[in-house]
Amino acid sequence: MTETAVQPPAWTPDQPIVAIREVRKAFGELEVLTDVSFDVMKGEVVCIIGPSGSGKSTLLRCINALIPINSGSIQVEGQEVHSPHLDKLALRRKVGMVFQQYNLFPHKTALQNVMMAPVHVLKEDKAEVEARAYRLIRKVRLEGKENAYPGELSGGQQQRVAIARSLAMNPDIMLFDEVTAALDPETVKEVLVTIKDLAAEGMTCMLVTHEMGFAREIADHIYFTDRGIIVEHGPPATFFTDAKDPRTREFLSQIL
Amino acid sequence: MKHIPGVTSAPTTDLPVLLPLDRTRARPPEAMMVSRWLAGLPAWTPLPLLALMLLWPLTAEAAYTYGQAVDALWRWLPFLVKSGFLYNVVISFLAMAIGTAAGAALGLAQISQIAAIRRTAWFVTQLFRNSPWLVLLFIVMLALPFELVIGDTIISIPDWTKAVFGLSLPIMANISEIVRGAVQSVPSAQWEASEALAFNRRQILWMIILPQCIKRMIPPWMNWYAILTMATPLCSLLAVEEIVTLSRQAIEAEDNHPELLVPFYSFIMVIFFAYCYPIARLTVRLERKFAVKL
Repeated sequence: MTETAVQPPAWTPDQPIVAIREVRKAFGELEVLTDVSFDVMKGEVVCIIGPSGSGKSTLLRCINALIPINSGSIQVEGQEVHSPHLDKLALRRKVGMVFQQYNLFPHKTALQNVMMAPVHVLKEDKAEVEARAYRLIRKVRLEGKENAYPGELSGGQQQRVAIARSLAMNPDIMLFDEVTAALDPETVKEVLVTIKDLAAEGMTCMLVTHEMGFAREIADHIYFTDRGIIVEHGPPATFFTDAKDPRTREFLSQIL
Repeated sequence: MKHIPGVTSAPTTDLPVLLPLDRTRARPPEAMMVSRWLAGLPAWTPLPLLALMLLWPLTAEAAYTYGQAVDALWRWLPFLVKSGFLYNVVISFLAMAIGTAAGAALGLAQISQIAAIRRTAWFVTQLFRNSPWLVLLFIVMLALPFELVIGDTIISIPDWTKAVFGLSLPIMANISEIVRGAVQSVPSAQWEASEALAFNRRQILWMIILPQCIKRMIPPWMNWYAILTMATPLCSLLAVEEIVTLSRQAIEAEDNHPELLVPFYSFIMVIFFAYCYPIARLTVRLERKFAVKL
């Protein structure tokens, strides 16, 4: 057997940080992603919207290799996610992810939740990580809650800890999977403000969201998916007012 | 009581959706039942037994008086506890320790990513979990040699160590199931979140999953300890010296007076109750305390 070392072309910041090409994903008979292609540039904020079950969350999970794809290609900073030689852990250090159900570790305090991965995965110095964790918790406006357990925090507070936990790995890209869907209306805003701050700092963000007002405000580009394909996309200014496809118009008319 | 078809009487519909749940199928008989039942008993439960113990000798015939019977029981009690029940406790401790260590390893093997390990562990677990304890004891007793000869030294293996080993096998299998069940009871989202943070599988298991479910393993683990303790008299069938064996010998030494049978065996029940009841109460209390939602 000959092992040819295929060196991926070096990625430069002027190339797409995430390049998705003709991705197809099926769970058994059920085709979730039929043919999805698009690029995300560094520093861009991309919102993916669409009806439930249209494959939005699946797409995010494919980007950090939580679930494999059937065919096509996803490149993150030039690294092929679909490749069998993929270093999953290296990929996941670059890609942070925040979930709908927060998924904090219930047996650890907020501070410990934030510190765990940098200390044990990146093997960074504990004192440095701790200083960073305090900074991040302040950044998500939760100072004073460092020693609270997830069970003692509201949904919105837990979600902000989850964002801080993900940021502690210094990711290049952040994936947000319907992060406000499980929250009370009053706490949605505090999470959205946190994400807005992040986007303003130039973090590359991909959000799956149902918050249309927020998407309109924050996104550089909006993608509308339905039944596994991207039906329509565009910058928010034209997307919301000037939708061409009848499916997009119907969806928007129901939701706006 | 209000009459509800399908609940208080047989259902009259033939629509499958309304047929009652087959509860025996939906919920397998749970091992925790033992502790729940035991803990549910009132603390005065042994009193009738004690009464039986003291009153039964009244049936004595003229040749053997009530006083003699009670006296015999009184004479033997310290011996039965010190040389008998203490052994039951020691056997249960050791079998539990071995069974827990082996069971934890087997349980983790049951969730291994390597199919061969996973299937083997599953098979071993099912084999020992579903075999009659006495049969396992006999096999161990007969399969293990009574002494080991290494060069010139002869190490004899006393029967009670074999009994410990034999009893640790079903404990191992049941602990294995507790570990597997506890790990799988942690929501898969915890795995997903940890994976997204670049933890590897070993780190996820030891740092994130197991610390979350260790608490809920404690009540079923204690439950199995109580079951094991109550099973230690099985060793008497293999002539291991423990409380039942010694009681039988004591009765024989007292000329096999039939008046002695009920008092002696009642005493055994009382002492087992006194030992296991607090454990069961604690088990059920911890179970309630740890029944937290993740």
